[in-house]
Amino acid sequence: MKLVILGCGRVGSALARMMDEQGHDVTVVDRNADAFRRFLATGYNGRTIVGEGIDEAVLRSAGIEEADAFCATTEGDNRNIMASQMVKLMFKVPKVITRIYDPVRGSIYEDLGLETVCPTVMGANAIKAMLEA
Amino acid sequence: MYIIVIGGGKLGYYLTTSLLAEGHEVALLEKDRARGAELSEDLGESVAVRGDGCEASVLAEVGTGRADVFVAVTGDDEDNLVSCQIAKTRFQVPRTIARVNNPKHQALFARLGIDVTVSSTNILLSLIEQEIPRHQLVSLFSLKEAGVEIVEVEIPEHSPVAGKPLGDAGLQPDMHVSVILRNGEAISPSAETLLEPEDKVYALISEQKKDEFRKLLIGLAVPIR
Repeated sequence: MKLVILGCGRVGSALARMMDEQGHDVTVVDRNADAFRRFLATGYNGRTIVGEGIDEAVLRSAGIEEADAFCATTEGDNRNIMASQMVKLMFKVPKVITRIYDPVRGSIYEDLGLETVCPTVMGANAIKAMLEA
Repeated sequence: MYIIVIGGGKLGYYLTTSLLAEGHEVALLEKDRARGAELSEDLGESVAVRGDGCEASVLAEVGTGRADVFVAVTGDDEDNLVSCQIAKTRFQVPRTIARVNNPKHQALFARLGIDVTVSSTNILLSLIEQEIPRHQLVSLFSLKEAGVEIVEVEIPEHSPVAGKPLGDAGLQPDMHVSVILRNGEAISPSAETLLEPEDKVYALISEQKKDEFRKLLIGLAVPIR
């Protein structure tokens, strides 16, 4: 599949590497070029683009128009939310996944139709399960 | 009215003081601790509250559920969008207003349910356009008795008629295009003549139709680059 990942942090870069290894067509967008050097210097053969994820032109240059999936994984919940809504509404990307740290915001946007991942809740649940084991 | 303002920058601050002066009840939310403390000292702690306007718990604390208007004026479009959407969907605020810093986001915000969007860039641009239109209609000669004028219009790149035949421009019977000047060459136009950007169109039109003629050939809005 053609995948655009917004945010080259730990999660974004790990995901990019995994999907690239499996033979998918991956493009990572981050506003900071250093992020690519820091997290994607090795083991990644996909594309990288420097730019703001909520900029339509940047998304276009990342190939969003032909993308099968988009994942927003920047450290900013609101940036992820806005970029995801843009991508869904303007580019009709079939699969859009949004990372949202704030669980309340996460549930609000689930209700509004975004497919969200909340690492806060997932982490707390995992630790709770380990405590109870 | 109860009005909640998100973002205590200059715009948020002066908006709040103006609304207070008009007798409204206002809560101003500012995310930054230092700026928040400054605002509290100035406006009082009942007005200026330190907190993130995108957090539902903070919005609940300031009583967003009973707000009549919710205005987000931070310098970050994503924050303005999200806080307005939360105010709208979680707290059913009847009127949400968002400042857009990037004018390209204005249409998107509207489609995402924000009631009013304000772009200072677009406002200033349209004011400047009104003062000194970049692509104006120039009146060359007025035949006062007959109520007609000879005017010149340069076709801008974003013109609604650029690339279209003159016959499809929607011209009315009292708008006669006499000649088109292209690269210094005069063309006698027919209905099939294609209009191109930078064409200079000379027309004999009724005095009252100047605005309409301008709109047809130049268009209303100036696109943002």
